[in-house]
Amino acid sequence: MKHLSEYRDAHLVHAIAAEIRKTVTRPWVLMEICGGQTHAIMRYGLDQLLPPEIELVHGPGCPVCVTSLELIDKSLAIASQPGVIFTSYGDMLRVPGSHRDLFSVRAAGGDVRVVYSPLDAIQIAQKNPDKQVVFFAIGFETTAPANAMSVLQAHSLGLENFSVLVSHVRVPPAMHAILSSPQNRVQGFLAAGHVCAVMGYWEYPPIAKKYAVPVVVTGFEPVDILQGILMTVRLLENGQVSVENAYKRTVTFEGNQPAQGVINQVFMECDRKWRGIGMIPASGWCLRPEYAAFDAEQRFQVNQIQPAESPICIAGQILQGLKKPDQCPAFGGECTPQNPLGATMVSSEGACAAYYRYRAGLQV
Amino acid sequence: MKEESITIQGPVCPVPLGHNEKIVMGHGSGGKMSQDLIARMFLPPFDNEALRAGDDAGVVQPNLCTQLAISTDSHVVWPLFFAGGDIGRLAVCGTVNDVAMMGAIPRYLTAGFILEEGLDLGVLERVVTSMQKATAEANVQIIAGDTKVVQRGKADGLYINTSGVGVVTPGVEIGGALAQPGDVVILSGTLGDHGIAVLEARGELGFESGIQSDVAPLNHMIAAMLEASEHIHVLRDPTRGGLATSLNEIAQQSQVNILIHEASIPVHPSVAAACEMLGFDPLYVANEGKLIAIVGKESAEAALEAMQKDEYGKEAAIIGEVKSAPAGRVLLKTTLGSTRIVDVLAGEMLPRIC
Amino acid sequence: MCLGVPGKIVEIYENSGLQMGKIDFGGVTREACLAYVPEAKVGDYTLIHVGFALNLISEEEAQETLDLLRQISDLDQELGQENSTAPQASAAVLDQKTDE
Repeated sequence: MKHLSEYRDAHLVHAIAAEIRKTVTRPWVLMEICGGQTHAIMRYGLDQLLPPEIELVHGPGCPVCVTSLELIDKSLAIASQPGVIFTSYGDMLRVPGSHRDLFSVRAAGGDVRVVYSPLDAIQIAQKNPDKQVVFFAIGFETTAPANAMSVLQAHSLGLENFSVLVSHVRVPPAMHAILSSPQNRVQGFLAAGHVCAVMGYWEYPPIAKKYAVPVVVTGFEPVDILQGILMTVRLLENGQVSVENAYKRTVTFEGNQPAQGVINQVFMECDRKWRGIGMIPASGWCLRPEYAAFDAEQRFQVNQIQPAESPICIAGQILQGLKKPDQCPAFGGECTPQNPLGATMVSSEGACAAYYRYRAGLQV
Repeated sequence: MKEESITIQGPVCPVPLGHNEKIVMGHGSGGKMSQDLIARMFLPPFDNEALRAGDDAGVVQPNLCTQLAISTDSHVVWPLFFAGGDIGRLAVCGTVNDVAMMGAIPRYLTAGFILEEGLDLGVLERVVTSMQKATAEANVQIIAGDTKVVQRGKADGLYINTSGVGVVTPGVEIGGALAQPGDVVILSGTLGDHGIAVLEARGELGFESGIQSDVAPLNHMIAAMLEASEHIHVLRDPTRGGLATSLNEIAQQSQVNILIHEASIPVHPSVAAACEMLGFDPLYVANEGKLIAIVGKESAEAALEAMQKDEYGKEAAIIGEVKSAPAGRVLLKTTLGSTRIVDVLAGEMLPRIC
Repeated sequence: MCLGVPGKIVEIYENSGLQMGKIDFGGVTREACLAYVPEAKVGDYTLIHVGFALNLISEEEAQETLDLLRQISDLDQELGQENSTAPQASAAVLDQKTDE
């Protein structure tokens, strides 16, 4: 497949890995802040190709994992109401709330449907005028343009039976939170390539400067990831603090202007709770007052939610890159993809699920 | 961005969800949840040797000279018709294949129909015609049947159950527990065709691919393989849960390690593209006209040749080998040369969003 | 967090006031919204995420990156993995301009 297979070329991958080995002279801790990248690293065993000096830690780049427990519980409450068609992206269905997940709601009679695109949810609303269609609008900046467009479409089509439950999170505040933590070990960042396809990377230079940490915009295929790592290591070895782009075929400095325009039109910054981390100020996007009519939280009055937190799993520390999945005492025992304790094990790109699927007990 | 530092709370985590009270769709996915349900709910009360073996069909010996392989399958696929097949063909081939996977010649099928009130008779006729064609191709007969009608809304138009029985060819012993270190793993053709074809026919994910289901009776190919090789140890058709789940089951049953090579696994480019787009892994997508053969090294080539001569095995390929450790696990050597674990499908396969 | 898959635009049309396209992913096609790539033409490659084109993929940049990487690969082959002069050469080819 064009623009895909070339970046899986074994020959190229090994050459870059060899170059990384040659460049490294001391240990470095790098964080990749994108679940899709974690997934690719695990799926291709890329960390097996790196020199031992390089430690990859996995950041909170899985929007499914960081959606707050409160919001999951709200989604379950809304989905359980009669006359509601609750639409969602695929892997949200198995994320555990305080007591159940969307699958259980479906089992109990709720109309819960997986959609591939938010525009599919709009079509469902058009075809079912007598039902209330709610779309679970989660995601990082990558998904925001699509989610925002669904609100604009609902508005322009005059759909009164469509609303969105918003749980957008932004990467830069998360990076601030991680890098400013006294326990931070991260020395270099692989920035999420598709977030940057939308937002560009103009937000990162101040962060890189403030924390003296180089940031390299990185893609998702094996060649892309290794190239990102190579560039980051090179900067670290040279003591250079800068922001560079290893994903130039898709990412520009300014990013996608029309997309940013629509995001700003529909959303505004707000505080958001990250599951496993807590409240990070200005780290989320919420609907602007002009579009409040489409806010499912207001339409459905689900305000009496008491999320039940119980500190069994260490998903929080894993999301911050402080621990690896296999350092969790529950990993692979009580907590498996079939019986997840935390969202990082449920989401197909959560660090724990990626680890379990690809590495659990592997001794090769 | 405010300048105050952020206090990071401790870990948070919800109560584990075991889905122990109600059936959810994941229980039907063919993966771990299905396995757990069977182990917990069905095996203990019905316990016997044939059932415990956990193979595609139960093998019993009613008298000294005869070993029978008996299997049952219920077909609830929706939609009823999809590119390359339909529920009728599926119902016949699924059971024919399960019986044949034990090294038995399938001879007789039963067919039970659950019809939804309001089902168009023309639709039923199309399904039955397809079943007739499939039985002729497989050279089996439907010798008993049943029909029930349920109220509108209680079945997706039509459900079919088929049971099948065949006589195990004397001298042939095939079963999931018989894989041995040193054996060769052969796959009869491309992965994922059926699962993607059905997903496309459902229309919910909005893609077009022209991929056809591979649903087919494999008993003739198996007969040819048994002629060519005396060392066929395991045969299994990777249906729900895909290749990954079936190989894991075999690795568990035989307590061996199976290593497969990503570069050798045949996948149709359109299936690969559909999986990329949705975030699926072809290793987990259902197949209805493919088999895995685990064959002793000495006659693996002969078995492979026999497969490639059959119309349903033209793309057969050796995809891996059986080792002794780590036992019970399936490993995959990636195209990059690294190695990773291949686990069973957890619950329902969901399109990845990000 | 971003399952973005590259695909080729094979048709462009309008639907419900939005610019839409038929995208070919290499044997599989699906509709996607092109509202965020107004300059898109039939034949362009684009990155698709949840049914939306996020950006056009630059053929030029892609080729440039691959060429640079292949140079490392060739250099590696010629000089062997232990040669310490190689990093200098490839450092030059890989340094991308910083924009800050």
